[in-house]
Amino acid sequence: MARVLVGVKRVIDYAVKIRVKPDKSGVVTEGVKHSMNPFDEIAVEEAVKMKEKKLATEVVAVSCGPSQAQETLRTALAMGADRAIHVEVPAGDYETLQPIHISKILAKIAQDEKVDIVILGKQAIDDDSNQTAQMTAGVLDWPQATFASKVEKKDSELHVTREIDGGLENIKVKLPAVLSADLRLNEPRYATLPNIMKAKKKPLKKVTPKDLGVDISPRIQVISVEDPPVRQAGSIVPDVDTLVSKLKEKGHC
Amino acid sequence: MYAIRLVNKINLKPTEAVRLRLVDVAPRCISTTIPCGANKGDKLNKPAPKSQSFVMNMFRGQVQASQVFPYPKVLNEEQVDTLQMLVDPTTKFFEEVNNPLKNDQLEKVEEASLAGLWELGAFGLQVPQDLGGLGLNNTQYARLVEIVGANDLGVGITLGAHQSIGFKGILLFGTPEQKAKYLPRVSAEKQFAAFCLTEPSSGSDAGSIKSRAVLSPDGKHYILNGSKIWISNGGLAEIMTVFAQTPVKDEKTGEVKDKVTAFIVERSFGGVTNGPPEKKMGIKCSNTTEVYYEDVKIPIENVLGGVGNGFKVAMNILNNGRFGMAAAMSGTMRSVTRKAVDFATNRLQFGNKIDSYGAIQEKIARMSTLQYVTESIAYMISGNMDSGSQDYHLEAAISKVFASECAWYVTDEAIQIMGGMGFMRDTGLERVMRDLRIFRIFEGTNDILRLFVALTGIQFAGAHLKELQRAFKNPTANLGLLLGEIRKRAIASVGLDSGPDMTQYVHPELKGCAESASKCVADFGRAIESALIKYNRKIVEEQFVLNRIANSSIDLYTMVVVLSRCTQSLNNKSSTANHEKLMTELWCNEASARIEKNLKALTSSVELGNFTKMSAISKNVCQNGALVQQNPLGF
Ligand SMILES: Cc1cc2nc3c(=O)[nH]c(=O)nc-3n(C[C@H](O)[C@H](O)[C@H](O)COP(=O)(O)OP(=O)(O)OC[C@H]3O[C@@H](n4cnc5c(N)ncnc54)[C@H](O)[C@@H]3O)c2cc1C
Ligand SMILES: Cc1cc2nc3c(=O)[nH]c(=O)nc-3n(C[C@H](O)[C@H](O)[C@H](O)COP(=O)(O)OP(=O)(O)OC[C@H]3O[C@@H](n4cnc5c(N)ncnc54)[C@H](O)[C@@H]3O)c2cc1C
Repeated sequence: MARVLVGVKRVIDYAVKIRVKPDKSGVVTEGVKHSMNPFDEIAVEEAVKMKEKKLATEVVAVSCGPSQAQETLRTALAMGADRAIHVEVPAGDYETLQPIHISKILAKIAQDEKVDIVILGKQAIDDDSNQTAQMTAGVLDWPQATFASKVEKKDSELHVTREIDGGLENIKVKLPAVLSADLRLNEPRYATLPNIMKAKKKPLKKVTPKDLGVDISPRIQVISVEDPPVRQAGSIVPDVDTLVSKLKEKGHC
Repeated sequence: MYAIRLVNKINLKPTEAVRLRLVDVAPRCISTTIPCGANKGDKLNKPAPKSQSFVMNMFRGQVQASQVFPYPKVLNEEQVDTLQMLVDPTTKFFEEVNNPLKNDQLEKVEEASLAGLWELGAFGLQVPQDLGGLGLNNTQYARLVEIVGANDLGVGITLGAHQSIGFKGILLFGTPEQKAKYLPRVSAEKQFAAFCLTEPSSGSDAGSIKSRAVLSPDGKHYILNGSKIWISNGGLAEIMTVFAQTPVKDEKTGEVKDKVTAFIVERSFGGVTNGPPEKKMGIKCSNTTEVYYEDVKIPIENVLGGVGNGFKVAMNILNNGRFGMAAAMSGTMRSVTRKAVDFATNRLQFGNKIDSYGAIQEKIARMSTLQYVTESIAYMISGNMDSGSQDYHLEAAISKVFASECAWYVTDEAIQIMGGMGFMRDTGLERVMRDLRIFRIFEGTNDILRLFVALTGIQFAGAHLKELQRAFKNPTANLGLLLGEIRKRAIASVGLDSGPDMTQYVHPELKGCAESASKCVADFGRAIESALIKYNRKIVEEQFVLNRIANSSIDLYTMVVVLSRCTQSLNNKSSTANHEKLMTELWCNEASARIEKNLKALTSSVELGNFTKMSAISKNVCQNGALVQQNPLGF
């Protein structure tokens, strides 16, 4: 039996059309719909499933960020996590918070809470870093099984199928371990309305990076955030021959 | 002088005063609506009833602002927070799991979808949390129902027949034991509920039902016999709120009379069966059947709301749920408008996008405005109810009438904007159009609800007129009342009456609209008084007149509602405030013009002549059993 820690990040909803702030310091987040990072939903689902299969005793969800992060934690609780930890990071500091910081925070919590498995989304859909799980394993010096598309627990090991270029890789990791969830690992459940109401009564603990002894001073500076270049209008060519010659002209074939 | 003469005129006709009283007797014809109990047993010396209802007081030409200004804001931060969390999964469910076209085609809600709705908790939104539901208040309920209305009205009725009417009686009137026993069953335990009132010979005239329940010889059960028709969820329900006549002894006279009583009936009691699902025009996926009761043994503890109180129970249930229909229709209008706008902004005809043409612009503007008005009413009433208002029945009736008619109009226009595409099944609008039609018929037809609004308001105004008459009998004791009234009438008689001032409640930018609303209130009150003097109790039979009074009251109430909401938006400097202002101004301008026209009709000899003509035309046609005119060829 194991205790599972899942990381959940609040990101701009996948369906929202992203707008860059006029001063190019970032993207507009005010009044914009946010939800749980989709890969984190998959991570929560996997953890909750483990609990349902009696492979795990407890699921703890953690989120770092300003107070709104609690909404995401509530969703995790509604999906079946048992308790939540909100690592409070003020909005200003949050802008420069990087995987290196998050992984140290998660590692510390993993140790404090005596967890056996950490499951994270393989990446967040806002900054697409794809580093946190790997770094967390590094900080903890635990084995890692990233891009998991299937997880089975056998004795004190996890058998994990990973999606890699050109196929599937099957690996074994000893516990404790860090996992990152890929798209096909499972289909996350809906948070039902009664469970959302129940989630309000589940415990949510607040800590700060300082409490955890993690330095979150920025390691990077954002110089500018820009829109992708606008696609040039195409032109209609009269026939295939012209198309081929145009493509040749541009060096495409 | 004129003012005094007018009052004297009323006072001098004692016969009329007596007749006025007869208006108090809630006429049978409006029996799918709650009788205005406040006036029952009116004694000559009893003070006229008071009401917090804006609509009620408007019939006296007065403004009762407490329920309309400021626009209600009833949710605390935590309730907003909870609601926001519920909106997403509900929306997601309807977008990703439920398939309205499939449900329509199958004429039932797909199994997976139905199971999902139970799982989601959608069937127990207002059941207290400790009894298995979500414990939402009316405003929170409205917001979720709006999502349902935007997506699938057939599912909406499956849900609504269950919780808005099916077990609502238990929530409103149930004893603690009844609640503890049944509410968990209709929520967590996933048993369907239904509301069983209508019978083959009794629709609008709900008081005339024939189903009957008599006490068993040992006094422990009622034995129910009868049959119901067009019962939503009739084939699915395990728990039913059933209305039946029961013999009731009058405490005073000792006379035994049949009175309606409400019962909680379980299918498992035995003797409950149902017919096959009806084939319908719309809301096809909602299950509608006949339900039969044959010697059903109902334990006496399953009487709901007291023996003989069934009519009141039924009417309160319906009244309590009507705002939900307005909320659902707001959602419907939002979604059909989105489709039409998406089409209009992309469709190129005659070299331009069609949204650049005035004909299309007028449609979109009206669609948007009607949705704004409906939505504003829905949340105003839910807000009033959540603040504990008891005086919301006229407003609720208006919300149902207005919402169902606007949704019909808006969807029709959405189809029109989309041209041939709007007519195609896959576009999803023709289904909505079919689904919407029933909303003007059930839970009190719109015609009956109009009569209800007009008559209840008139009755209220009548009671106050009588108070004035009594005051004249003892002028010295009632000097204040009389002087106020004389002043009011003196001003009115010289045409200076701008009505009770409403500008104080609205944002300065809406002053003009508020002035015209104020004037409408004054005109309306005067028109009601004249009608009362003219028709007396016979007003009950003057449906041409009543209809126009009802339409004016709807226009007037809706004006005030949008003034209130828009004021809030302007005060909060909401990003959409200016857009809302445009719609508010449009609405107020057009509604006040309609009010003027409708009220004029009450005294115009041409219009009154038209009423007589219409009555005659209809009589001729009915006597003939078909149209009277032949075709111009003569055969
Ligand atoms: C799909 C569907 C679902 C339903 N679900 C339920 C349910 O769950 N439970 C339930 O109990 N019932 C239900 N009903 C019944 C519904 O409430 C009735 O159809 C409605 O009350 C109207 O009654 P009626 O059809 O008998 O029409 P009638 O009462 O016969 O009315 C016919 C017409 O006459 C008009 N009219 C009647 N009296 C007057 C008057 N005095 N003055 C002027 N005009 C008048 C009406 O406005 C209407 O236009 C449902 C009906 C349908 C179609
Ligand atoms: C069941 C069915 C049967 C049909 N049968 C036939 C048939 O047998 N033969 C055939 O040829 N066609 C047929 N049609 C096509 C039908 O004639 C067209 O749908 C109709 O002409 C409208 O064109 P549209 O659907 O492209 O709408 P659009 O022309 O795109 O119009 C969309 C909306 O824009 C409005 N609009 C367009 N231009 C302007 C403007 N300049 N100013 C203001 N408003 C404007 C329209 O009034 C409409 O409200 C059929 C269509 C249907 C649905």
